[in-house]
Amino acid sequence: MTAAPYKQPLLETPLHARTAPLCLTGDWAHWAGYLTVNSYRTVEQEYFAIRNAATLFDLSPMRKYRIAGPDAERYLNRLLTRDVGKLKPGRVGYAVWCDDQGKVLDDGTVFRFGPEEFHVYSQERHLNWFLDSALGFDVTVTDVSEDIAAIALQGPQSFSVLQALGLTGCAALKPFDMAEFTIDGLAVTLSRTGFTGDLGYEIWTESTHAVALWDRLMAAGADHGILAVGSAALDLARIEAGFPVANVDFIAAEQALRATRRRSPLELGLGWMVDFEKGHFNGRRALLAERGRAAGYRLVGLDVAGNKPARDALIYHGRDTVAGFVTSAMWSPTCKRNIALATLKRPFETGNQALWAEIYVKKEGKWEKVVAPCRIVERPFFNPPRRRATPPLAY
Amino acid sequence: MAMVREPNSNSRNARVPRGVRVKGRGGVKTYDIIVIGAGHNGLTAAAYLARAGLDVVVLERNPYIGGATVSRELHPGFTYSNCSYVSSLMRPEIMRELELSKYGLQIIPYEGGVTMTRDGGYLASYNDHDMNRREIARHSARDAEAYDRFAIETARQCRFIKPYLMQTPPDPASFKWRDLKGMMDLGRAFYDLGEEAMYDTLRFWTMSCTDFLDQYFETEVVKAHKAGSSIIGTALGPSSPGSAYVLLHHYMGEVDGNIGAWGFARGGMGAISSALAQAFQAAGGEIRTDAGVAQVMVKGGKAVGVALEDGTEVRGRRVVSNMDVKRTFLKTVDPKDLPEDFLRQVRNFKIRGSSGKLNIALDGLPDFPSIPKDCPARQGDLHITDSIETMERAYDDWKDGMWSREPYLDMMIPTQLDPTMAPPGKHYMSVFVQYVPPKLADGPWTPEKRDAFGQTVIDAIAEYSPNFKDLILHVEVRTPKELEDEVGLTEGNIFQGELTLDQLMFNRPIPGYAQYRSPIRGLYMCGSSCHPGGGVMGAPGANAAREILLDVGGWR
Repeated sequence: MTAAPYKQPLLETPLHARTAPLCLTGDWAHWAGYLTVNSYRTVEQEYFAIRNAATLFDLSPMRKYRIAGPDAERYLNRLLTRDVGKLKPGRVGYAVWCDDQGKVLDDGTVFRFGPEEFHVYSQERHLNWFLDSALGFDVTVTDVSEDIAAIALQGPQSFSVLQALGLTGCAALKPFDMAEFTIDGLAVTLSRTGFTGDLGYEIWTESTHAVALWDRLMAAGADHGILAVGSAALDLARIEAGFPVANVDFIAAEQALRATRRRSPLELGLGWMVDFEKGHFNGRRALLAERGRAAGYRLVGLDVAGNKPARDALIYHGRDTVAGFVTSAMWSPTCKRNIALATLKRPFETGNQALWAEIYVKKEGKWEKVVAPCRIVERPFFNPPRRRATPPLAY
Repeated sequence: MAMVREPNSNSRNARVPRGVRVKGRGGVKTYDIIVIGAGHNGLTAAAYLARAGLDVVVLERNPYIGGATVSRELHPGFTYSNCSYVSSLMRPEIMRELELSKYGLQIIPYEGGVTMTRDGGYLASYNDHDMNRREIARHSARDAEAYDRFAIETARQCRFIKPYLMQTPPDPASFKWRDLKGMMDLGRAFYDLGEEAMYDTLRFWTMSCTDFLDQYFETEVVKAHKAGSSIIGTALGPSSPGSAYVLLHHYMGEVDGNIGAWGFARGGMGAISSALAQAFQAAGGEIRTDAGVAQVMVKGGKAVGVALEDGTEVRGRRVVSNMDVKRTFLKTVDPKDLPEDFLRQVRNFKIRGSSGKLNIALDGLPDFPSIPKDCPARQGDLHITDSIETMERAYDDWKDGMWSREPYLDMMIPTQLDPTMAPPGKHYMSVFVQYVPPKLADGPWTPEKRDAFGQTVIDAIAEYSPNFKDLILHVEVRTPKELEDEVGLTEGNIFQGELTLDQLMFNRPIPGYAQYRSPIRGLYMCGSSCHPGGGVMGAPGANAAREILLDVGGWR
């Protein structure tokens, strides 16, 4: 159906007809081969809409896989580090999957629709890995990425928008719950999930319904300051939420040329997602061995002094010992702190040592070095009570 | 955090572990610090002091906290920012150090503003540089480029002032090392500005806004749009010498590093005092409302506590006043306890009120046909004064003891961005009014005159918004009289004292007393009467706390 790649280097998402006219800045990004919006007008305005009002984000380029069959649960338990058996139908779980060395291939979300039906959504492409892993299991793995469009409705007023649409039933949804709804005759799956660390939902529907769904959400959100937001604003929100991104904060194991760049879930601070009791899974043996000893690296949250974002900064212990490096950094307007995600080497990951970020700042054409003390802090950096309140608050 | 102890505190108390109530003589508890007034500066000072381990109580006259940084629900479902209404100057250091975000404070920046013109046109301002240039160019291509020069020269001055906001002003007449060093640093920073900016600094601090803007712009509406910031809260006209500084004062704030940007506090300005109060209470502080202070008790030249209006006494080793300098020393301290010279200067402190405020609950969004419906600057500050001459005439009315017949208005509809202040689809409008005299030529303010003033403002808005009057559900009208009676600001001056060069830096509030101390030992000032002045900065409170801690620690 689509043109040859040389004719159309980038695909349009099912929402392109709506997002394109709103993108006044021409600030487009490339995401998994799709043309997506980086910012519509100003990143600042979009960021604050995420933290103050309600926002729509075109999530359609996410990779979506349907996994169904009598062995679906057994298969996913073999594939993922979590115990999928504990995930009840109507629930969503955050998950990672590893190679045989226990290094993370990617992270994503698992939706359980029924006893024998799951969807797995992720940033990177994994059809090949998923199909190979299915050998010997009675399951079908289907790439449904093109069939399903998705809109993230995020922000403190997102529940009010759903109420304005008449979706009163969604009040009972707890974080990581999902349910089927109909919005003006459009069948959707609504999950209370998101990438902003705030109150928010993701709405999944057939690609052909995407534009109609977008229009209804926009209309219902008119009195709630609804705004379309691009990847730039979302990235700020996700750093505040403390979520690492594959190939930004860690390298997907399959893509790493240097073996030392690969990270285990334990090193990423995702040890809580590894269930050693559930039986065998990919990477279990390596992770069991790793569990016994201190991790070589750890992904941590940092609070950096001053107000200069520590982008790409090296972290030092003392004058010349490199303790690690920053992978994501920002001045957080909501926390009023200078925050960063960083990978620290052993033994500096414990937070007992004095750490410094070496930040380079260009001031009117001249580079200046800022050496800012920093300390390890809990993630998420921003964790408002409204994220968890059920029924959700109006704003 | 280490407990800060007084060097002279008696050894009996010094051994009592934290958290145990210590009774003074006669079984009455003695606080380390009493703060009079729960305004944002009083709470800021209190929070810093409590976090340093001191036992602090804040006494507030009203049944609610906040002073002029207050949000109240006067009409069901609507939250007003009853006095101050936008935030920019609140120092980011304070928000960070006191963890105000943790206590729910969120500042939402808004985009630009609009001045509507008499002929049905408009001039908007935008944060984006090129959008802004093209908007001014609709009125004058020359002014559009002059704006760049104006912006950079203003920014240079802001950079010069910024470090001094969170510093105690050095005393030029003192030979103490820190004052000498302070003066040297100031001189050096001034020298570093470079030749042209050095000249500009003096002009900026002394010129009138009109003269200042005339150096750059030729178009009336462009000048009027800029000049508004020079008269807000000020008993000066745009052509009065000294008004250019007030413009600068409104430009030197920031939202997340964007210098000059302004924002709404989510949930109203009361969210700032609420977050400060929570930070204070989390550090063990105590707030008492309905506890108006009648008098500061002084014994042997030292403050020993306060007497409340109901006659009860609260004892404390140090007393910090968040009230303005006149209210503190002319109404709350016995004149016998003060040197005559000091008293005279307090009496002469300029604190003339000049502003009023309307808070309006609206049934829907008022239409302003002059401004395109989808113009984002609608979410910013809206004005209807399109010439400096009109502003000057408005000031003439004030001098004559009358509210301006054609007032300068700073209108905002924060509910376009903030969902928390009104029900969906309904709106709260804040209308700041310049000029309104504290005393009328024809006798004192009465409720009738207050309402007539309110009607003048409503009529003025209705000329630019045909559906405005029909949408009004409730109006709170505040003249300088209400600001004095309810908030406690002498003459209703919103800055707790005018921002003119004679009352700034080491001269604020009184020469020789700019370091937050008073002639009475143990009595301090932390309100906007002190350096660096008003505008919801928190800096006077934080600076005062630092000075108090120096005294408590015996470091000075």
